[in-house]
Amino acid sequence: MSSELPVRKTYKLYIGGEMVRTESGRSDPIYSPRPKKALLANVSRGSRKDIRDAVGKARGAQESWAKKTGYLRGQILYRMAEMLEGRAESFEKILRESRGLSPAAARREARASIDRIVHYAGWSDKFGALLSTVNPVASSYYDFSVPEPTGVVGVVAPETPELLGLVTYLAPVIVSGNAAVVLLSERHPLAGLELGEVLATSDLPAGVANLISGRKEELVPHLARHMDVNAICDAGGDAALSKAIAQDAAVNVKRVKRYAVHDNLAGAAQGLEFIEAFVETKTTWHPVGV
Amino acid sequence: MSTTVRDGRERREAAEKAASERPSLEFGSAWSYAPSPEATDHVVLAPRYGLFIGGRFVAPRSKKHFRTINPATEAVVSEVAEAGAADVDAAVRSAEDAYRKRWSKLAPAARGKYIYRIARLIQEKARALAVLETMNGGKPIKESRDVDVPLAAAHFFYYAGWADKLSWAFRGRRTEPLGVCGQIIPWNFPLLMAAWKIAPALACGNTVVLKPAETTPLTALALAEICREADLPPGVVNVVTGASETGAHLVNHPRVAKIAFTGSTEVGKIIQRAVAGTGKRLTLELGGKAANIVFEDAAIDQAVEGIVNGIYFNQGHVCCAGSRLLVQESIEPVVRRKLADRIATLRLGDPLDKNTDVGAINSAAQLAKIRELVQSGVDEGAVLHQSACAIPVKGYWFPPTFFTGVAQSHRIAREEIFGPVLAVMTFRTPEEAIEKANNTPYGLSAGVWTDKGAKIFQVSSKLRAGVVWANTFNKFDPASPFGGYKESGFGREGGMQGLKEYVELR
Repeated sequence: MSSELPVRKTYKLYIGGEMVRTESGRSDPIYSPRPKKALLANVSRGSRKDIRDAVGKARGAQESWAKKTGYLRGQILYRMAEMLEGRAESFEKILRESRGLSPAAARREARASIDRIVHYAGWSDKFGALLSTVNPVASSYYDFSVPEPTGVVGVVAPETPELLGLVTYLAPVIVSGNAAVVLLSERHPLAGLELGEVLATSDLPAGVANLISGRKEELVPHLARHMDVNAICDAGGDAALSKAIAQDAAVNVKRVKRYAVHDNLAGAAQGLEFIEAFVETKTTWHPVGV
Repeated sequence: MSTTVRDGRERREAAEKAASERPSLEFGSAWSYAPSPEATDHVVLAPRYGLFIGGRFVAPRSKKHFRTINPATEAVVSEVAEAGAADVDAAVRSAEDAYRKRWSKLAPAARGKYIYRIARLIQEKARALAVLETMNGGKPIKESRDVDVPLAAAHFFYYAGWADKLSWAFRGRRTEPLGVCGQIIPWNFPLLMAAWKIAPALACGNTVVLKPAETTPLTALALAEICREADLPPGVVNVVTGASETGAHLVNHPRVAKIAFTGSTEVGKIIQRAVAGTGKRLTLELGGKAANIVFEDAAIDQAVEGIVNGIYFNQGHVCCAGSRLLVQESIEPVVRRKLADRIATLRLGDPLDKNTDVGAINSAAQLAKIRELVQSGVDEGAVLHQSACAIPVKGYWFPPTFFTGVAQSHRIAREEIFGPVLAVMTFRTPEEAIEKANNTPYGLSAGVWTDKGAKIFQVSSKLRAGVVWANTFNKFDPASPFGGYKESGFGREGGMQGLKEYVELR
């Protein structure tokens, strides 16, 4: 006695490795685009408390994530790509339904997103070599500089393309050992929330990536003013919001990297410079002698 | 494990016994030195300086001047102009003009040759610059002569060589200069900070408006004169003297493409807010509260020298000063005694005297701040240890000081004092040392002292600080990147990394 009635999915936030509803209990309906406007889901409208919880989880996870070898971080990112590949069809469906993409366009975005994660998986044990120097100082010291993760990074994800935009800015932040608190696309949060399920079933340690849906205007200031957030990756594409982020960031001298986002992220929007934006340079001196 | 514990206790007990049996040092008259002042007659000072704009010294449109003094004597050394909005505007326009018409069109190798000239001129005039630095800032001549001025020349020499090698520094990418850079520098290393700012900016093809600190403008003006002697195209380097208002005019000027600031975290945050949303590039090198960690297996005498160098160098007016000493509990009595003995030998006095170790505090305002924080240390219950050295009657002075019995919550353990004042705390395990070291919003520098290489790498990799000195402290080199984590700022100065802050990558 099987029924044809589909089981609908409840989309939840992804905080500290768990799928949770917003602490505030609020929700926003997500519709498919006109003309066939249909309710797709009621998603959590995240709150300040959700941000604070996520920052706490991110801080708790960051150090041990950074301590893992590059080889292991690379394998974990590659595992994310594997998981995404396995669910590619459901992502394509979300992109078609929530943004009205053609099947071909949805497929292109899903493929590009998988490729982007694979690209950064390969960087995990290589960026350090390219960003490190041995410094020829004019005295009897061995002096070298290496990149280290900045810490907890707030990511304001682009509105569109909501999946490729998300992985484009999330992957380079976490590959170097940072932990991220992401504000997802406000208009199109479903693909991002679905990615939470991918992360939950990959080997990414809980808290390394936290995904929150909700209203950016409400949430961004709490992220930008949070004293335990070290940097903001601002790919939100909103000039007024960007200025507010940059001002609020001064409260604890956050690093802010602003990206101008274009819908066509498939090509050049990847590489070492995206990783370099969220690492610090540590220089160590030691005397040479016997 | 138990062996280690017993060994640790035995060592501690032996150290305490030795400390109690040993009399503190008696120097008597054996440690008095005949005065050995550096000659000043070769330093020619004008009674009044204008602003350096468009390759020449001009009277300020503001028509305002202020006096600059020698903090060791309180005597007026000269008068300098106070640049107003119109003056800053003139300087920025002159820099923009020079950028468009001359500097950006010059062959990179030619840019390099100008910068080499500046390096050589600093070397030629080294002694006069050192004397001037000491007269205007109060730092001991042995430091200005052996550290500030040679490093300033080295910085220009180093970055001169990068001018025609940017395509190797950024392989696979095209670099473009930014345009006019507004650079604001502090009073603790006036000439050296000017070099840190100007050299990489010029090497990358930018032009500069430099604002030296209010209390120490004279070596920046001497550097302006050197730029003229080097036949640097007019407007490539401009120097506007003044206080925070002058700096604000520069920060807010719409034609400035980049701001580079070295100074307090408080002002850095104001600048970060001010440039938000303007598209201006920004680097900040701000305050610090560095932990200097001494493990029980360290070479103690060397560590004590490092502690002394870390906090009393330049009267502690150093953003990366090792102002928090974290010493392993087992050796605290020995370190405390050796430190007390050592600071008793530091000679405080005439900064122009070649034997002087500790010079004058830079200004009355800074002295008041140091006194206030030291008083807070006493009020909060820490134990004060101070050198009994004689204090000159005139000028601003503060004796080498350290506190024991300091809690992490004490203001002297949390706030940047920027003076010769050390807060001593103890720890038992490496984990505790790391946690205490990182328990600060700052993250500029740190020190680690131990004989174990593995421990150095373990501890230094966990310290959230931009520069870690292992078995040394307060070392600087133009080839070595310097800059902070967290609220100590962002961006790096020095090394190949320092170039990145002055180019746009395409």
